[in-house]
This record gives sequence, structure tokens and C-alpha cells, in this order.
Amino acid sequence: MNELISILNGLHPDVDFAEAEGLVDNGVLDSFDIISLVAEIDSEFDVRIPAEEILPENFNSAKALYELITRLGDN
Amino acid sequence: MLFTSYEFWGFIACLFLLYYLIPRKYQWVMLLAASYIFYFLAHPTYLIYISVTTMTTFYAAMRIGQLLNVQKAHLELNKETFSKEEKQGYKSSVRKKQRKWFIACLLINFGILAFLKYTNFTIANINSLLSVLGTGERLTFMNVILPMGISFYTFQAMGYLIDVYQGKIKPEKSIFRFALFVSFFPQLVQGPISRFNDLSATLYEEHRFDFKEVSYGFQRILWGLFKKLVIADRILVAVNTIIKEPDEYNGVFVFVGMMFYAIQLYADFTGGIDITIGIAEVLGIRIKENFNAPFLAKNITDYWRRWHITMGTWFRDYLFYPLSVSGPILNLSRWSRRRLGDGLGRKIPVYLTTLIVWFATGLWHGSSWNFIAWGLTNGIVIIISQAFEPLYARFHNKFPVKGKPLYSAFEVIRTVLLMSAIRMFDCYRDVPLTFRMFGSMFTTGNFSALFDREVMKLGLSGADYIVLAAATVILIASGIRRKEGSMRDRLEKIPARRRYLMIYLLGVIILLFGAYGVGYDATQFIYNQF
Repeated sequence: MNELISILNGLHPDVDFAEAEGLVDNGVLDSFDIISLVAEIDSEFDVRIPAEEILPENFNSAKALYELITRLGDN
Repeated sequence: MLFTSYEFWGFIACLFLLYYLIPRKYQWVMLLAASYIFYFLAHPTYLIYISVTTMTTFYAAMRIGQLLNVQKAHLELNKETFSKEEKQGYKSSVRKKQRKWFIACLLINFGILAFLKYTNFTIANINSLLSVLGTGERLTFMNVILPMGISFYTFQAMGYLIDVYQGKIKPEKSIFRFALFVSFFPQLVQGPISRFNDLSATLYEEHRFDFKEVSYGFQRILWGLFKKLVIADRILVAVNTIIKEPDEYNGVFVFVGMMFYAIQLYADFTGGIDITIGIAEVLGIRIKENFNAPFLAKNITDYWRRWHITMGTWFRDYLFYPLSVSGPILNLSRWSRRRLGDGLGRKIPVYLTTLIVWFATGLWHGSSWNFIAWGLTNGIVIIISQAFEPLYARFHNKFPVKGKPLYSAFEVIRTVLLMSAIRMFDCYRDVPLTFRMFGSMFTTGNFSALFDREVMKLGLSGADYIVLAAATVILIASGIRRKEGSMRDRLEKIPARRRYLMIYLLGVIILLFGAYGVGYDATQFIYNQF
């Protein structure tokens, strides 16, 4: 989780990602951020996020994104 | 049948009466019949193309869905005996079969679209190349008919196919219901590009006559006709005067033409969508909005979140995201970060994907270099604004002007000017001429022409300008007041007699000031040609 938070902070250093919710709904993460994240998750976690999983609910919080990574990693 | 023709409104009136008279369970069948009649009247051969798209997409999606069901049943049956590796292997073999159907269907349908829309453009480019090479040979152009709305219905059908392939929706079981989703006639002319999830339920369910809903739909239609006939088709005369004589109308005229075209396009496209959504509402069907006050956007990214929303989200979900997570782009991302460091390295693949998507968006709009240049310019401006974001952040840290009324107004005006300038690619006959005319705004000092009443007529009368000015003020005021809620909700709160008087007046204004008759020609919608 800490690794993920530090990737997120690389995009927006001023956001408290451990607590923040509604990252997509509130416009904190835009589509540019999302695809940067997908690329970094691919190289850091060796987990490829498919296009169909790029949904607001999977990117709205660090927790939701971490759950997605764990789920995809398990499969 | 134009949306603005008497025949069309006769067709709608007949449909409306029958729709609420027949048993409700047959309403969707009537809509399907009406859609096919509408398309047949436009051109009988159009039906062949839309039927091919409907049948191939329906069948491919059904096969993809069946394979998934077989997979589920097989895995359930063998859940005790299959190891994790066996499960994975079985899943990937099923996915391969699904992919074959998926790719075949995409190739057939995008192939038809590409063949009909881009063959002559390709031939023209090959001929130009042959001419540069000095060979005397030329390819002959093909005589192809581009079916009305093919870009819209192909995208809508392919969106459905991708959703089924990605497991987001289940395939529709009835080919006739699916045929209605693809061909629903108010959308055929110029969109919006609906998602199956959003449209299917409202399209197939039974609809009781609801006076308020019908009245709201009727008001929306009137508002759309007002925009199209009073504003767009009137200002079109001045726009055409300017762009058809670029040598005569340069400098300040280019600026006037640019702003007039922005008003024309906005009134034309949003007016057309108002009519589409209004007709659907009259029939009890809800279609997703395609605009959200685009000219109140504060930057280009914000603008594209508000303008032609259903097209923007289509390209985002079905091209931008899949391309971004594809193997080659992820490999490029790893390579560029290793070679160029985290900062620039992270951005390179994002920029490349953005340019590819905007190239495709330009090409979707039309088969000409003008549209490709328009798309790429949008992409480049978006990339520049992304690249400068840290600079903006530093500026805003130092000067806390963000959110202040004056700065907000500056942001809106900047976006309007920028988007209007990019739209000039729509107007002039080729890309070099567009650049030349853009440059002439800054190099030709003919500002005095602005004050010459004869020169500034541009094919319109003084009365036309008064009507245009008044109508544009109403249009802008309604856009600004959207924050206070929908115009129709506000109208609903005033006493019925005054409300009906206002609706009646709007109808009279359209009849009196709509651009009909000598010197005018109620034209097809601009987005219909895309």
C-alpha cells in the first residue's frame, strides 16, 4: 500500500492519498493520471490493469486501487 | 427528410398518435418500423448497410456471450478438479475464441465505414503522390454513397460489442430489439452515441402518455428549432460569404467569420441534439445529454468534457484506455522512463496515445486533411496545457486569482477564442489556406471595415443582425442561467397561462424569424455529414 501511495504522490504531491476519497469523481485524477498510474502499476507490481477495469470506482481511492491490484494479482 | 422539413414533422405527428394508441407492448416495434421507414425514405440502399452492421454485431455479441456461459458452466462443473493453471488455461482458450468473433466483427464494421468514408480520400492522396512523382497515371474515384449517420450508428454498435466482450453487459437476445438500438431514428442524423446500458431499458419499456413529459419534449424541440432556424441557418449566410471569398474577406473578416462560425456550429449541433432529445422525450424515452454548456469551459480539457460528450467518452473508453494499457504502449512507457527519467519518460506514452486518439477523432469527423489537422491541433493543445500544468500551479501559488470572477471570465474567453480558432479548419478548403487566413488576422490591418455598414452586411440585412443579436443574447443568457436549474423546470413554476404564452411566443418567433424563403435554405445539420 505504501508503494502505491508513493506512486500516487508522484502524480499529486499535495493530496493525502491515504485518506482521500472520490479521486475520480472529484476530478483529482484525470484520464492522463489514470494511464500514467496503469503504466507504473504494471512496472512496479507486475500487474496489468485491463481497459475494462478502468472504472471510476476502481480509482476513486488508494484503497480501491490497491484492492484492484490485489484482485488482479491473485488471478 | 430534414429535421426542419414539414414532411418530417408530419411523420412525427403520425408516429406520436399511433404510438400512444396501440397496445403499449408494441410501442418498441412501432419505433423500429418508424426508424426503418425513416432510413428507407432517406435512401433505400442505406438499409443494406445498417442491416449488415446490426446482424453481424448481434451475432458476434451473441457468440461471445454464449462462449462465456459455456465457460462458466464448465468451470462450475470442474471446480473441484481443476487446478489454478488448468482454470487459467481453459479461460484463455475461451478468450481466444471470443477474440476471434470480436476482431472479425470490428474488422467488418470498421471496414465498411473505412471503405465508404475514406476510399476516395485515399485515392486523392495517392493521385497527389503520383503527380509529385511525375507519373501520368491516375486512379479513378469510386462512386460510393455514404449512408446517413453511419459514423454514429457504427460507433454505437461497436460500443455495444466492446461492452459485451469486456463483460460489462449481457448480449441482447432479440435481434429486433437490438436493431432498434442501432437504428433509433432521432439519433441517426447526428447522434448522440448512446451506450446500450443507458438506452436499452428506456427504449424497450412501455410508455404511458405523460402530459408533463410530452410537454417538456415539445418545449425542447421548439428550443432546438429556435437555435437551428433562427440562429444557425441565418448566420450561415454571413459565414459562407466570408469563407468562400478568402482573398476578399481576410484580416478582420476572418475573425468575424471565426466567431460567427462558432455561434453557427453551437446553435446547429446543440439545436439538433435538443430536437433529438425532445422527440425522444415526447415518446417517453430518455437519451443522455451530449452537452454541458461547453462555452463556459475554463480550458480545452474542460471544453471536451462538455462538448459532444458521448463522442468524447466513446473515444476515451474504447480507444484511449485500451490503447494506453496495450502491450506496446506499456513497453514504451518502461523504455522511456528508463531512458528519459521519471518526469518526461512517464509523459511520452501518454502524449503519443493522446495524439493517436485525436488523429482518429479528426478522421472520424471527415475524410480530409482539414479534419486530421483539426484533430491533431486539439491533441497538441491538450498536451501543451498538460505540460505547462506545473507552471500554472506555480503561478496560482504566487498569484491566488483562481476562482475570482475576473480571472474566471478570462479563462472562459480564452477557451472560446482558442476553440473557435481551432474550428477554422472546418471552414476553409484546405489546411495551408486555413493557416494563411489565421495569419491574416494579425497581419492585415483592415479593422476599419468593421465600421463600414455596407461591407459588414455579408449577405445579411440589418434586420437579420438585430434578430441574430437578440437570439444570441437569449442563447448566452440561457447557458449562463443553467446553473439555476433547467429552463423548463423554471418555466414550470410560473402560472400556466404565462407559461403557454411564452411557449406560443417561441413558436411564433421560429415561424416569423426562422431562416426560410428567398435567400435562405433550411440546411442539413453540420454534424450529419460526419
